[in-house]
Amino acid sequence: MSPDNGTIWIVIIGLGIGTYLIRLSFLGLIGGRPLPEWLLRHLRYVAVSVIPALITPLVIWPNATGGQPEPSRLLAALAVLIVGVWWNNVIGAIAAGMLTLYGVQFIIGSM
Amino acid sequence: MSTTHRTFWRGFLDCSPFILVVAPFGLLFGVAAGETGLDLIQTMSMTVLVIAGAAQFTALALLDDHTPTFIVILVSLAVNLRMAMYSAALVPHLGKASLRTRLLASYFMVDQTFAVSIRQYEHAPERPITEKLAYYFGAAASICPFWYGFSLLGALIGKSIPESYALDFAIPICFISLVAPMLRSLPHLAAALTSVTLALLLAWMPYNLWLLVAAVGAMMTGARTELWVKEH
Repeated sequence: MSPDNGTIWIVIIGLGIGTYLIRLSFLGLIGGRPLPEWLLRHLRYVAVSVIPALITPLVIWPNATGGQPEPSRLLAALAVLIVGVWWNNVIGAIAAGMLTLYGVQFIIGSM
Repeated sequence: MSTTHRTFWRGFLDCSPFILVVAPFGLLFGVAAGETGLDLIQTMSMTVLVIAGAAQFTALALLDDHTPTFIVILVSLAVNLRMAMYSAALVPHLGKASLRTRLLASYFMVDQTFAVSIRQYEHAPERPITEKLAYYFGAAASICPFWYGFSLLGALIGKSIPESYALDFAIPICFISLVAPMLRSLPHLAAALTSVTLALLLAWMPYNLWLLVAAVGAMMTGARTELWVKEH
């Protein structure tokens, strides 16, 4: 049974407005006021602090496999990481990841 | 071509690798939304109003589970709380723009536009704000249309894509490729390792709270390590 129309619209509008307000929070309110140095020092690490935590469960417990660790995804993640750190090349890292993902799936599938 | 023009296209190009990632992810969202029971207008409304893949997928998963409506919204918003940190991180670079520009920039604040822009700003912090804005909107112009377009395509073609394509894995691949080059500095590496470790240790926490705790802990580790490196 799928959720009813009213519920879906409430979620869409609530999530849309809420997400926009989160995005606007600091940029909208604070404007041109300078931020203190200790805060800036922490903010330099926002991306590298949020993204690894966000993706770790997706790599180890992917939804598509019902939360079971799966070799092609683990190896693909490792390949992206190694190529990315080594060659500092986004496209190359993505290509290495996709090749590993499909390569390992093909090998497992033909075993 | 003016400098501002060139910077716009520079942002456009720098963000364009993520089209490869946003496109399949958008496609998958369109397909998944249809499976959850959203019609075409609802799917596109969510994609345009929210433009945040992870939260949109969270909302779909919870709608499918018959979770109370306010919990669906609350948990999906928790996934997006990281954007408050993006918003704060952009203040030193875009904070002096007009209110109207900041209202627009806030709408386009997604993981990819933030990540490529902040990398550029940290690389060249002395650039004037007009160029920083041009770069930011260039990045947004390159990926956001693909997000809308491929969500639409996914909603239209529906269930005809086989699961063996493992499209779900596009997002981890995209994010790892983005973070990996940053790991060449010790404070960034320390922050990333803390982030992964806390995410694993705290996975039991409900409502995605682990994500927030891991992020804050990792930021503190990065900042501490930076001070330590300066002293030694």
